[in-house]
Amino acid sequence: MSSLSRDDVAKLAGLARIEMTEAELVELASQFGMILDAVARVQEVDLTGVKATSHPQPMENIARPDVVAPSLSPEDALSGAPAQEESRFRVPQILGEAE
Amino acid sequence: MIRKSAAEMADALAQGETSSAELTQAHLDQISAVDGQVKAFLHVDAQGALAQAKNVDEKRKSGEKLSPLAGIPLALKDVLAQRDVPTTAGSKILEGWRPPYDSTVVSKLKEAGIVILGKTNMDEFAMGSSTENSGYGPTFNPWDLARTPGGSSGGSAAAVSAFEAPIAIGSDTGGSIRQPAALTGIVGVRPTYGAVSRFGLIAYSSSLDQAGPFGRTVLDTALLHEVMAGHDPKDATSINAPVPAVVQAAKSGDVKGMKIGVIKQLQGEGYQKGVQTRFDESLQVLASLGAEIVEVDCPSFEFALAAYYLIAPSECSSNLARFDAMRYGLRTGDVNGASAEAVMSATRDAGFGREVKRRIILGTYALSSGYYDAYYGSAQKIRTLIIQDYAKAFTQADVLVSPTAPTTAYKIGEKVDDPMAMYLGDVATIPVNLAGICGMSLPAGLAQEDNLPVGFQIMAPAMQDQRLYQAGAALEAALLSKWGAPILSKAPVLAGSK
Repeated sequence: MSSLSRDDVAKLAGLARIEMTEAELVELASQFGMILDAVARVQEVDLTGVKATSHPQPMENIARPDVVAPSLSPEDALSGAPAQEESRFRVPQILGEAE
Repeated sequence: MIRKSAAEMADALAQGETSSAELTQAHLDQISAVDGQVKAFLHVDAQGALAQAKNVDEKRKSGEKLSPLAGIPLALKDVLAQRDVPTTAGSKILEGWRPPYDSTVVSKLKEAGIVILGKTNMDEFAMGSSTENSGYGPTFNPWDLARTPGGSSGGSAAAVSAFEAPIAIGSDTGGSIRQPAALTGIVGVRPTYGAVSRFGLIAYSSSLDQAGPFGRTVLDTALLHEVMAGHDPKDATSINAPVPAVVQAAKSGDVKGMKIGVIKQLQGEGYQKGVQTRFDESLQVLASLGAEIVEVDCPSFEFALAAYYLIAPSECSSNLARFDAMRYGLRTGDVNGASAEAVMSATRDAGFGREVKRRIILGTYALSSGYYDAYYGSAQKIRTLIIQDYAKAFTQADVLVSPTAPTTAYKIGEKVDDPMAMYLGDVATIPVNLAGICGMSLPAGLAQEDNLPVGFQIMAPAMQDQRLYQAGAALEAALLSKWGAPILSKAPVLAGSK
């Protein structure tokens, strides 16, 4: 039986940049064992020598000529911005005070 | 008029018996009458729809050559960006966002003169199988308003089965078109991966996502498929090849001499009795039409669900990193002195629902160092085995078949606290996504124990989508003559319905 503790979930939530409430952490930790047991079934198969597939179609790099084409105007690009200033996205401070 | 097929509506428009404006108004009236009960739509764009309808009517009057679906109303899953129209993907994190561009699918709809009535409800970011994970409340199944219409494209499926739109668009990452089609008694197709552009389709799991059509008939679904599909330089995974002749196949509908493979692993135990009965009956119908029924073995399918619930959450944990509260969408916690990271974390907690958080955390875990090979790496290898199972099966049969979903529509709330029970509903649809091939669900009748619709799934190799329509149209015609009336005529009439 797999399990993750409340602290394990809190660490993952931190990595995923989701500030979860205590109730959410506890709920998720309680569900995780069951979900991990179910997905861990992929380890029951002998996969020696089997290649991994990341994508269903054969992929190749696609390039186009480097020519200027119409794109979003600054007004359009900023149209959904939560905050803007001088035709730019305004964001909170990136470096914390302690650093 | 709203109960006719899109093909019949298109004929009526061509004959001048009605106008697109009239047809669009009739559907807007039906939405006003029943959507309070069904809740298929998140946003109805009456003004935009009527403007497009009038535009098409004028073009028709002036003798301009129009595409077959010009003037036909459609419901659009809210996962596709439409310029200046609210687009949320069912998430609070995108509430109020109006995209500054059209997805390629929307551009194609507009070019074809199709009238977009509005945006339909869905599980948040297409993560779910019941539409209950929407940030805006569930959609209700027109067959029984206490039940879910399936998901994640439940709004689109419910809109078509409630006659709010003759055709609709959904997206299918693990069965999100086929399963709701099955649960609401309509036709839904997940085209081959890469057949329909993903440009402007809000990403959940990029190697699995594919948009596709819903209709009440196989032909209507084919007509929409033809409009949506085709190569797009804006999507690097878009296949540069002609669109398969799906409309022609839907019109010919013939299975004489066709080899139909029944997948051993996708029937029997775990499938509701009435689902299995209707499935077996459809097989007999196909055999009576001259198809040869064979059984095929796909042993790796047993592990498909486990592989899917590692691959999709892994990809989603990466894709949804774009919701960072900086460029568009919700921003909370931006108080004086708060860091960008704190704002991002607070916003993602406030904006994402339970299932989305669950999948992001699961994906973050599966991709973390020390666990990567055991989880994500193994899942990718299972994916290879599933592709090999299909390749072998398609040497023995032209198309493969199974029930679309193991059960009929279940009650709202029944599985919402049991994620594994919910995930099991995708057991028959997921293999198609992992292999990148195409699949259709069409109505096979009603389960005897609950009188709810059952879906019959047909699968075909990549870029052989026409085979789905060829077999589907033949089965549809034979079942229609057996039943005497389309399956939706057996659905209860909603209060106030036109």
